[in-house]
This record gives sequence, structure tokens and C-alpha cells, in this order.
Amino acid sequence: MTTTIDTTASNAPSAGTGLACVAEWLTTTDHKRIGRLYIVGGALAFLGAAVVAVLLGVERTSATSELFEINALSQLFAVERFGFTYLGLAPLMIGIALAVVPLQLGARSLAFPRVAAAGFWLWLVGAALAIYSIINNGGPNGGNTRFVELFNLSALLVIAGLVAGVVCLATSVLTTRAPGMNMRRIPFFSWSVLIASLALLIALPVVAGDLLFSWLAYRYPSPDNLLSGSQAINDWVGFGFSQPTTLLFVIPVFGFFAETVATATGQRLRPRGVLFGAIGLAGIAVLATVVQAPVTLRPAFSALNLGDKLADLVPFALVHGLPLLGAFVAFALVAKNLATRPKLQSPLVFAFLAALLALSAAAASALLHVGDAELAGTTFEEGNWLAVVFAGVLAAMGAVVYWGPKWWGREMPTRPMLELAVLTFLGAELASLPLLVAGFADQPSAVFPALSANSNAVVNFAYGGNPSLWNTLSAVGLGLVALAVLAFVAVAVRALRGEANAAIDPWNGQTLEWAAASPAPADNFPVVHIVSSAEPLLDLRVAERSSS
Amino acid sequence: MHALPAAPAPAPRRQVLVGTAVTCAALAALFGGMFALYLRLRDQSLSASGRWLPEGVSVPMVPANVMLCAMLPIAIFAQWAVYSAKRGDRVHAGVALWLVALLAVAMINAQVNIYERMHVPAVGGSFNTMFYALTGAMVALLVAGALFSAITAFRYLGGRTTDREVVTAHALYWYFLSFAFAMLWFVIYVTK
Repeated sequence: MTTTIDTTASNAPSAGTGLACVAEWLTTTDHKRIGRLYIVGGALAFLGAAVVAVLLGVERTSATSELFEINALSQLFAVERFGFTYLGLAPLMIGIALAVVPLQLGARSLAFPRVAAAGFWLWLVGAALAIYSIINNGGPNGGNTRFVELFNLSALLVIAGLVAGVVCLATSVLTTRAPGMNMRRIPFFSWSVLIASLALLIALPVVAGDLLFSWLAYRYPSPDNLLSGSQAINDWVGFGFSQPTTLLFVIPVFGFFAETVATATGQRLRPRGVLFGAIGLAGIAVLATVVQAPVTLRPAFSALNLGDKLADLVPFALVHGLPLLGAFVAFALVAKNLATRPKLQSPLVFAFLAALLALSAAAASALLHVGDAELAGTTFEEGNWLAVVFAGVLAAMGAVVYWGPKWWGREMPTRPMLELAVLTFLGAELASLPLLVAGFADQPSAVFPALSANSNAVVNFAYGGNPSLWNTLSAVGLGLVALAVLAFVAVAVRALRGEANAAIDPWNGQTLEWAAASPAPADNFPVVHIVSSAEPLLDLRVAERSSS
Repeated sequence: MHALPAAPAPAPRRQVLVGTAVTCAALAALFGGMFALYLRLRDQSLSASGRWLPEGVSVPMVPANVMLCAMLPIAIFAQWAVYSAKRGDRVHAGVALWLVALLAVAMINAQVNIYERMHVPAVGGSFNTMFYALTGAMVALLVAGALFSAITAFRYLGGRTTDREVVTAHALYWYFLSFAFAMLWFVIYVTK
């Protein structure tokens, strides 16, 4: 099969403003633009979900419902969980990968760019319909059958859009690498994107299949149908909204961490094979999604006989132990390079804090599934989930700072970004840690609130501990994250409105994207580069130093 | 000043074939997950009430078996298209591709026949909606397959005879679909 690369898009003058500009964005096949569409859509959805989360956090400080009607609570919790995971975290990670990976691979375009663009519009329509259905009392626990049905359908569209994105990403890494770039020379971020894409390629369709069942069961409801009923989405599709499925979205965080450490230290990260293997191990968490049920160690595990112990331990080690081991090894191998006193670059701070949060979330996810810890059904799960989401968002913010020059031709100011990285991390910890602690104190999970039979009191919010303390702290943390992300958007927009100021390689990067102009043209590179190592730009710098 | 060595733009490494394989993997996960939940609920239902199929519903095995048998010639014709395309035999490749499309349409017809003969109401137990979800998803893939065959045939017969990779990807898709339908046949029509 012969392939010709159309470079007319890059050479054509800009279509100007107004309708032509809108049409240009609507029909774009430039992977950087498609990625940015995902990023902007994900950021807006995340901010919307964050506002809901803050309001729910305030609501939860008291056992009696005050801010919202009781019936609205279920829908709002659904908005928070669905919004943060599939409308915020997922498009942010996929968008950044779409915008960066072809540049890193030295490719002039993404594989199947029209499929990726169609995926975005599918995701957008699905997201809009999901929000509309939840507003109309649909969604998990919803009271309006028609809109619950619409929610199922819209969630299917959202997932179909995301799958289209990951198909393009996986195919790109496998087929569009620059000459000489074998699999061992792939940049760490692209490798982590490949692992996450392959894992999501398996996980997301499983969730979609159950949603398809659920959609038909709602469309043709019957008391005999186990898949219908207001709790059905939680019962049958809940695994798609909780750990370890959600952890699959943040696998690229470790790749991003490795990229920023290599850049800031100016060193070649070694051993590459072990680091690749460790990131790959994290992808094994997909097995938990495939079995569609929690893989746990039974309560009173130590009292079980050897056969039962092994029957629990082997799947647990496979689904939770190996991904945790992979995340730990990846983090440790990269972090040990920080001992060489790297340059304090804001993307490095974002990436370090995000990787730390993702690692702690992976550990908490494993602990959640230990039966003797008795954490299932408590706020521990919610705190764990928030840590996963915020790890991804923190990394996405760092990625925008790091690779932004290649998309917009502008650099972000260092000092405010450093402060925002720390502020977002503090907010994330404050939002999730109190819920983890309250989980140990047996505060029931409020993800799907249950009502008292005789009053309007929400049963989940009342327990023997101190709900106001932990829930208030968590609400403050959620507010802090929302404010930090809002401030980040404001600083970024301000920087983007300024003069184009980015150098071709503002960070002294090592991988091919830093050989492209800032901003990179539609077809990325005027010529295709031949690669003879994993760090081609570092090789150039070393050669220049030695010759001078 | 040092610079990275440049190369002529490389041809993508079997992009359509890899993309098709990746898509087939996603579809396999979709059907695998659906089969797993179907079998789980079937097991629950049999344990609780000893019954899974709705009362009065029987599975017409003849069209189901014919559909399964049709998958064999489909796979053979798809491979015939690949073989002919490699030899540059435009006529044989075109005939093979159109035969695949024709058999795909025949399979959709057989599925409609099964719907008409089974008379499974959409409203009912878990079997009812799951049956339509699984077989409906398969019909959607068959429609996509028929379109894939037709488009490949048009491209090939239209003169793009160097597009052999698309013909190979087309065959891969039908191999996957044959396997997926064999699983569906066993889970839905044989185990009932």
C-alpha cells in the first residue's frame, strides 16, 4: 500500500476568523487540534463536575439534606462520578496523548485522524446528552425511566468516542514511528500511552457491553429483568466507575514523570527495559475490569485453608499486586534520578506530585480490596477514586505546561505554575485523605446515597464518627482543587493571548517533539528524521559539546 | 551545527491491518464481556427458578446452524480475495469480495428469520433483552462487514489494485467475526 502525505494543510493560509475558522476546527485532521479539542472539553467538564463536587461536599457536612432535594442527590453524585471520570479525566488524558504522541514518534500525522476527530464529536454529543439526562432525573438511581435510558445510551456514545481515540493512539505507536525508532527507543510517555491504550481497548468495551444490556433493559422494563431497576447501573456497571478500572486512565502519568525527570536532569534514564516492564505491569489492572466484579481477599483470610488462600491470593496478586508493584518500581526508578539535583522546572513538579498521588492511589486501591480491612462500601473507596482523578488532572496540567509550546507557541510563566502545582496537590490530598480516614472509621460511602425510611435524612452521611470534620475537610480540598484548576486555566489563557515566545526546545528535551517548530505545523516536521537512539536530541547536544 | 539525519517519508507499517486488528481486539472484549454477564445471569436464573428461556420460546436451530456454516465459505472467500490480490488477479479478487458481501447479507436475513420464528418479546426476563442485545450487536457487525466487503471490492475493482493491505485487513475482520459468531452460536443457541 502506498501512502502520500498531504502537506497542503500546513502550507495553506489560515482560513481567518468567523465561520471559516469554526469550519476549520470542525473538520480538522491535525492531531494537535483534535487533542486540544479533547483537552478543552475535558477541562470544562472537569470544572463543572468540580463545582457539583464542592456543593455535594458542603451538603455532606450534615446528615440532613439542606442544599438539595433528596431526589436530586443521587443524580448529583452520578454527575460527580461520571463527570470526573469519563467527562474530565478520560478526555484530558486521551487529548494530551493525541496531541503529543505523533510528535514524539517523529510522525507527520496520527493514524486515522478522521476516526479520532469523529471520536471527539461522539464523546461531545454523548457528554451533552448524559448531562441533559441527569438534569432530567436520569442517570444511576434516576427516577425517570426514559432519561435513565437516555443516560445509558449517552454513556455508550461517550465510551465509543473514547475507544475511537485509543484505537488511533495504539495504531499510531505501532505503525507510525520514525525510521530507526524501534520499540525500545519509544519515548517513555508514548510507551505508557500504548500500555494505557491497549488496556482501555479491553476495558472500555466491557463497560460498553454492560451499558448496552442495561440500555435495552430500561427500554423494555420488566420486574423479571435483573438488569432493570434503579440500582441496575450501579450493580452491573459500577466496576467501570471505580478502581482499578479508573487507574488505567492514569498509567501515562508515570510516562510523563519519566519524560520530565529525564529532561530536568539531562540524563538518560536507565534501565529502559525495566522501566518499560514496570509501566507495562500497571496495565495488568485491566484484568479486574474483564472479570466485572471486585477481586478481593475474603474477610478472615488468615484463617482460611491453603487452597482457599491461594484461590484468593493469586487473582488478588495478579489484579492488584502486580499493577502496584509496577507503579512502585516505575516511580522509584525514575525518582532516584532526582538525587542528581535537577533543574526546578514546573512540569517536573506537576509530574512528580501526580505520580506520587497515582502511586498512593494504586496502593489504596489494593488495600480497599483486602476483606479484613473492611473498607468496601465506605468513603475510603471515594477518597481513593478522587486521588486517581486528581493524579490525572495534575499530570494533565503539567503536560499542558510542558508541551504547550508545541501546540500554541507560547510558554507558561514558571512561578505561578509552580505555585498552582503545589496548591492543586494540597487540594487533592485534602479532598481525598479525610475520606480515606473516615473510611477507616466506617463512614458509609455516599456515592449512591440511601435515604432513611421515615425521614429525609440521608442514611449514608450519618455514622458513629465525626462526619462534619472529615467531610468539611474534604469539601475544602475539593474547593481548593476547583479554584486551582480555574486559576490554571486563567493563567494559561492569559499566556496564550500574549506574543508567541516559545523557543523550539525550551526545556532542553531529549525526544523528537523538541525538533519540531513551536508551534508545530499541521504536518509536524518538514522532513522525517532518522533516529539512532532513544534520546536523539541529547545525542545531538553531546556531539555539539564534544566538537566544540 | 549538528542536525538529525533526514529520511524520505516512510510508508506507514501496515496501518490499516494493525488498526483492524486493534479494533477486532476491542470488539472481542465487547463480546467477551457480554457473554460473561449473559452466562452469569443465566446461571443465577437457573439456580433460582430452573428456567432461563421464556416459556413457549424455542430456538430454531436450522437457520442458526446455517449461519454458522456460512462462516466457513466466508472465511474461504475472504482468503481467496487475499490470494487473488497478491497475484494481481483483479477478476477473482472482485468475485471473492462480492461473494463475501452476499453471504453477509444472507446471514443478516437468517438472523431476521430467527427473530421471526422465536417470537421473543422485548419485554420480559433478562434473557429477552440480552438476546436482542447480543444478536443485535452481531447484526450490526455483519452490516459493517458487508459494507467493508463492498467498499473493498469497489476500491479494488476501481483500479486501486496496490491496496492489498485493505484486502488482508478485510479478511482479518471476517476471521474475527467468524470466531465471534461461533461463540455466539454456542452461548445463545446451543447452551440456551
